[in-house]
Amino acid sequence: MQSSPALLELAGVSKTFGGVEALSRVDFTLRSGEIHGLVGENGAGKSTLMKIIAGVHAEYCGVMRLNGAEVRFRSAREARDAGVGMVHQELSIMRDLSVAENVFLGSQPTSRLGLVDWRRMAREAGEHLRGLGIAVDPRAPMASLPIGMQQLVELSRVLFSGARIIILDEPTSALSAPEVERLFAVLRRLRESGKSIVFISHFLDDVLKIADTVTVLRNGEKIATAATGGIDKRWIIERMIGAGHEQLEESYTAEIALAAASSAPIVLETTDLAYGRAYRHVGLRLRAGEVLGIYGFMGCGQIELARTLFGKIRPEHGAVKVDGRPRRFRSTASARKAGIAYVPESRRSMLFALEPIYKNISISVLDRLSRLLLKPAQERKIARGHIERLRIRPPSAERRLGTLSGGNQQKVGLAKWLTYAPRVLVLSEPTRGMDVGAKDDVVKIVRGLRAQGIAVLVVSTEPETVLALADRILVMKKGEIVREFAGEAVSKDRLLAAA
Amino acid sequence: MSREAVETAPGERTGRMRGWLRGQLRNIAPFITLLFLVVFFSLASPSFATLGNLSNILTQISITGIMATGLTFVILCAEIDLSVASVANATGIIVAFFTVQDASVNIANIPLPGGPAILLALASCLVLGVVTAFGITRIGIPSFIMTLAMLQIGAGICAMLVRGQIAYAVPSIIATLGSRSLGPVPWLVIVAAVILGLGHIVLTYTRFGRYVYMTGGNREAAEYSGVNVRLIVAAVMVISAVCSGVAGMLGVAHFGSAQEEEFDTYLLDSISAVVVGGTSLFGGQGGIPNTVVGLFVLGVLNNGLDHINIDSFLKILIRGLILLAALIVNVYAQRLRAEGPKG
Repeated sequence: MQSSPALLELAGVSKTFGGVEALSRVDFTLRSGEIHGLVGENGAGKSTLMKIIAGVHAEYCGVMRLNGAEVRFRSAREARDAGVGMVHQELSIMRDLSVAENVFLGSQPTSRLGLVDWRRMAREAGEHLRGLGIAVDPRAPMASLPIGMQQLVELSRVLFSGARIIILDEPTSALSAPEVERLFAVLRRLRESGKSIVFISHFLDDVLKIADTVTVLRNGEKIATAATGGIDKRWIIERMIGAGHEQLEESYTAEIALAAASSAPIVLETTDLAYGRAYRHVGLRLRAGEVLGIYGFMGCGQIELARTLFGKIRPEHGAVKVDGRPRRFRSTASARKAGIAYVPESRRSMLFALEPIYKNISISVLDRLSRLLLKPAQERKIARGHIERLRIRPPSAERRLGTLSGGNQQKVGLAKWLTYAPRVLVLSEPTRGMDVGAKDDVVKIVRGLRAQGIAVLVVSTEPETVLALADRILVMKKGEIVREFAGEAVSKDRLLAAA
Repeated sequence: MSREAVETAPGERTGRMRGWLRGQLRNIAPFITLLFLVVFFSLASPSFATLGNLSNILTQISITGIMATGLTFVILCAEIDLSVASVANATGIIVAFFTVQDASVNIANIPLPGGPAILLALASCLVLGVVTAFGITRIGIPSFIMTLAMLQIGAGICAMLVRGQIAYAVPSIIATLGSRSLGPVPWLVIVAAVILGLGHIVLTYTRFGRYVYMTGGNREAAEYSGVNVRLIVAAVMVISAVCSGVAGMLGVAHFGSAQEEEFDTYLLDSISAVVVGGTSLFGGQGGIPNTVVGLFVLGVLNNGLDHINIDSFLKILIRGLILLAALIVNVYAQRLRAEGPKG
């Protein structure tokens, strides 16, 4: 590997966002015919680094060299023209077009009359896909293909547009084991033909299996680069979470004792719940006064599971019981009536930016507050109570929500479920994007709810959040619960290793 | 702007004032338009600013006002109802269809007493509204297309029932409300005022009204707050259809005849009234007071143009331009409010 020349070289690359350093003097070398794994925790700087290579971020310090010549891409288009292609986790395919049209997207072959030459397009797309070892009918509509095949078609489009360097962002997160094998076969073939691949992933087993080299990022710095031959998963995790730095190590390997098994009554129970590709075989039990954490990487099905429990998604299989009674939620309104509350992960989808704070808080309890006529005085009183207790700033019930800071908006989102306590509170990414103080407030709120006997389900991709809040932790991986941590000590590195 | 405003007290006050004005643009602009039109026509024509003409204007906007009440609910929910005029026409014809007609009227109708005739007509528009609601909320057809289909269905019902003929008689209570007066005030104006007032009370003081605003303001957030948004959308479509039906029955009495295509101009008028008044096309902002101002803007404009010497064909163009201006203000106001001053 060392003998092959450096195709792409980054030296001392730094990038700041509004004073916060996302990348700090990172060196990165990609050789021809190499598959290079890039790993690190959320926020370690993987995406920022790749966006610089793909021309999305044009403002940065440091030097990038392609084939030895210094380059600086000012747009994604410039990067693409120079041979850098990217396949995102969320595929950018056209579902309603055929495979061939997707391969040729934007560059359809035309006949002399300027019309699309359909026959030639299908033939050439077919040849191209066969050349990559992908067996698919080029005339098939994209939507009819399984997601693994859609991904391969998108990959082939990136190649077809002339990419020599291909960046794959979490390519295996939604794939089943045989699909991963098929993807790897294609990647190996590309490597043999001299293409270079950057393989970003949380799935360390996958990285170790396919990559020749691994680079570990942590807090915006490059920690290590090593050939995969001599390292193992343990080695990578230690570097991802900072073994060696005493304090950091402590925060990552510190053992948090989970609560002893509770004998409180079961409030929420699911059996063999399944929804499409998102998740399957989900059986969980949640007891009164218990905080259950569900940890998993982005796209592991945990968000869909949370939405199912609030009646937004109807499961295809399995049963949900609340307080021992089987429930089928026809709408979010019926889930709320059954005593379930839900705080979604994005503020946009839980709050009314143009309405005052008190209306944002009272919306979920209006039916208990009034049968027909509104009682605005009572609404305001409830809102003022929450504003005081949750330290919402500025402390005015009349203030339009959109003028509050993000963390305060998130508190309002929580406050609306606290007036009349629900039986079950489902929190999706409750601390995302919050500063430390606001995170502490959320932890206090959740502890207070637990003390009242409310069952809380915390769904998060951030291990710190789950560890800070949960009494018991389930780890989800590719739509299934793969591990339970209960009544024992758990640490961040063990969580990461399980996912 | 806001940063400078913090430094000095007077600057802060003007900054706040400007912020408030920005937020209120959708309410202020229609009102200023109305004032401008009233002043303009009063100066331009001596016959405009008279008590008799005020009564004219009120009568002219009453039927539109009843339809616009239902439409205000719909547009607040960020939906649209293109079938209002058609449903009104159908309901008006249905009530005439069930009334004893003069021997000279050549329609194979089914004469019933007044009460059952009115109930059947109300039930008809209710059913049309339920069908619309079902199509939108259960099947998932966008309201724009669903109500376009309902527009055609309403026209079809009209055509089937009167078959090119004209009916004249309606139940006596409808005739009274549509064409007689209580003292100097036409009953039609009273009914319109009551319906607009009821609409305002429901939207402002009831739980349902709050859900309408919240559903229009952010449907996803309303759903994640446990509001049954499909039920709310269904309800506003039914409310709109029933308002249209009432407007249709009174309209037939007001015109003195029931025939095809006699409400066609009311579709544009009622949508214009709501939008010109400043209710947001994106939902969640506005209300009945806005609609009332919008009704007067349109009413004064239509009436005033008759009082001054102007090419009657130009009138149509002027109305189009006014509507365009209102749309621009509407979208602009939404942007200003969404960007939001800190005040």
